Amino acid sequence: MAVVVEAVGLTKEFPGGHRPAVDHVDLATEEGEYLVLLGPSGCGKTTLLRMIAGLERPTEGEIRIGGDVVNGLPPRARRIAMVFQSYALYPHKTVRQNIEFPLKAERMPTEKRRERAEWAAELLGLTRLLDRRPRQLSGGERQRVALARALVREPSVFLLDEPLSNLDAKLRALARDDLKDFHERVGTTTIYVTHDQVEAMGMGDRIVVMLDGQVRQVGAPQAVYERPADTFVATFLGSPPMNLVARDDVIVGFRPEKALPAEALGGGLDGHLRWTLEVNRIEYLSGDRHLHGVAEGLGKPTPVIVRLPATVLLPIETGTTHDFVVREDDLCWFDAETEQARERPAG
Amino acid sequence: MSVRLADREGLLSRLMLLPAIVYIVALVAVPFVVAIAYSFSDVTAGNPGYDWVGLDNYRDNLEDPVFRRSLWNTFFFTAATVGLTVVFANIVALLLTTDFRGKWPVRFLILLPWTTPAALGAIAWVFMLDSLLSPIDWILWQVGLLEDGRHMVWLGKSGLAKASVIGVQVWRLVPLAAVIIMAGQSAIPDDIHDAAAVDGAGFWRRLWEVTLPLTRPVIAVAVLFGSILTFTDMSVVRVLTNGAPVNQTQVLASWAYVKGIDGGNLAQGAAVAVFLLPLLLAATIAILRAVRRWEVT
Repeated sequence: MAVVVEAVGLTKEFPGGHRPAVDHVDLATEEGEYLVLLGPSGCGKTTLLRMIAGLERPTEGEIRIGGDVVNGLPPRARRIAMVFQSYALYPHKTVRQNIEFPLKAERMPTEKRRERAEWAAELLGLTRLLDRRPRQLSGGERQRVALARALVREPSVFLLDEPLSNLDAKLRALARDDLKDFHERVGTTTIYVTHDQVEAMGMGDRIVVMLDGQVRQVGAPQAVYERPADTFVATFLGSPPMNLVARDDVIVGFRPEKALPAEALGGGLDGHLRWTLEVNRIEYLSGDRHLHGVAEGLGKPTPVIVRLPATVLLPIETGTTHDFVVREDDLCWFDAETEQARERPAG
Repeated sequence: MSVRLADREGLLSRLMLLPAIVYIVALVAVPFVVAIAYSFSDVTAGNPGYDWVGLDNYRDNLEDPVFRRSLWNTFFFTAATVGLTVVFANIVALLLTTDFRGKWPVRFLILLPWTTPAALGAIAWVFMLDSLLSPIDWILWQVGLLEDGRHMVWLGKSGLAKASVIGVQVWRLVPLAAVIIMAGQSAIPDDIHDAAAVDGAGFWRRLWEVTLPLTRPVIAVAVLFGSILTFTDMSVVRVLTNGAPVNQTQVLASWAYVKGIDGGNLAQGAAVAVFLLPLLLAATIAILRAVRRWEVT
């Protein structure tokens, strides 16, 4: 049975910090969930993870693991396992000794320990590397050793702190598959910290978007992407980000790929908002065309980006003006003052 | 067009090396050769004429019970000092790297002995260990470990005097060793300690399985320096006990001084001092090898 991790009003202030690193965070995982903490550097996601691990003492608030309050418990009493960004392998120990270390700390008998370590090594394809030392391994292999060390004593929660950021791009894509695949097999509740939205969108069952120590939005990747809770989430996710156009006391937003040239649709513009784009620059990126220009007719004239999929063949030149449409259901509305999502204004 | 001195790198490098070479030749190489030459002669302060006597001085020394005790003491004091120094230096290094209020004054006080010249430190300890006025005795009276008015006579009994010499050497060396070990400890990434904590290791397991193995290379350096500094030191014994009681605490360096300078028998003193050579040679080779390995990696 997978375990639930909860944070209640969790706050961490560091001496000398001008604001709390983590600011009254309320959060609960679901059983067996893959929860991703996403945010820019310094948003408090790693501090939050370290508090759950027991490496940082909260200033305020509660952490519960499996229903028990664990504030004040040392990491070893929390049945968690953590993979660090640097992997933090013990450089003087062999792969086998690294993997066995948590079991040794549990005082498991030598025979059983050996067996478990070999099981974990097998699971991650490390069997032939057991007698090597970390410095003789590649980045990807080190990362797998760190995972093996984390899973060997079957923790109730996995905490992963940017485990892929030290890998090169190609390896990262592979490791992402491995991690996800691994999670599906063991089904252990996992909290994963990253600043990479591609990792977050691709791996998370749910995403927690953080900024300045606060949770801005929690939700499934699609929900967070399509219905951002505020303008920060709207622009932090997506590349290029959501276009935001000021209009009286509201802000209207739409994703670059949600806009289409009116001609491409032919007729049937019911339920669409019509506006014009003066194209200043065109970027051709992996088949898609990114049109940079100024939008008029949505609100104040505003620079926006429109992403035309490779399937739209309509010729568009720099310096020309075209009619564009966005489905009204695809529009997001924000309050101009609070920048929070709101209902579509009447009229 | 004139070539300036600053452009002539070959000449310049030789010029800049010159002071170091003069220093080493005049103050290390010459005395070293003279000492070895004297040890095969009958030179004394009163009769500086050089007559070859072969191994006579070495034979005489080896038959002398005071020399044999000095030889044994030198090794024993060095081993005991270095052993205790490593233990205390590790503790001090751990204390100094922990965060607590007022750690700066504490660091300053702990490192103070190292800034004190050995002879001055030893003079202070002569007072601390005085047979009548020792403050340590007074403390022992206050806590009831010693009957009021009785004295330990630290420097007057063989065992206590030896312990005192070792104690002062440890006091003198711990700061240096602690700083060396501290450098090694702070080179361990925080993540490694965090990982060990998450992996369920308590303080002792972390110490034995993570911190100590990872600081082993720097501990070796501390051992090496401690060994050389204790093995060759004469000032602590000279000032503290001057070999008392009855040459029980004599070491090679102090005994060479007693024989050669106090007694005027330069040849015999030199023969005593030559016994320092093998260990120093071994230590030097070890240092050079370590330095080379650091350069390679």
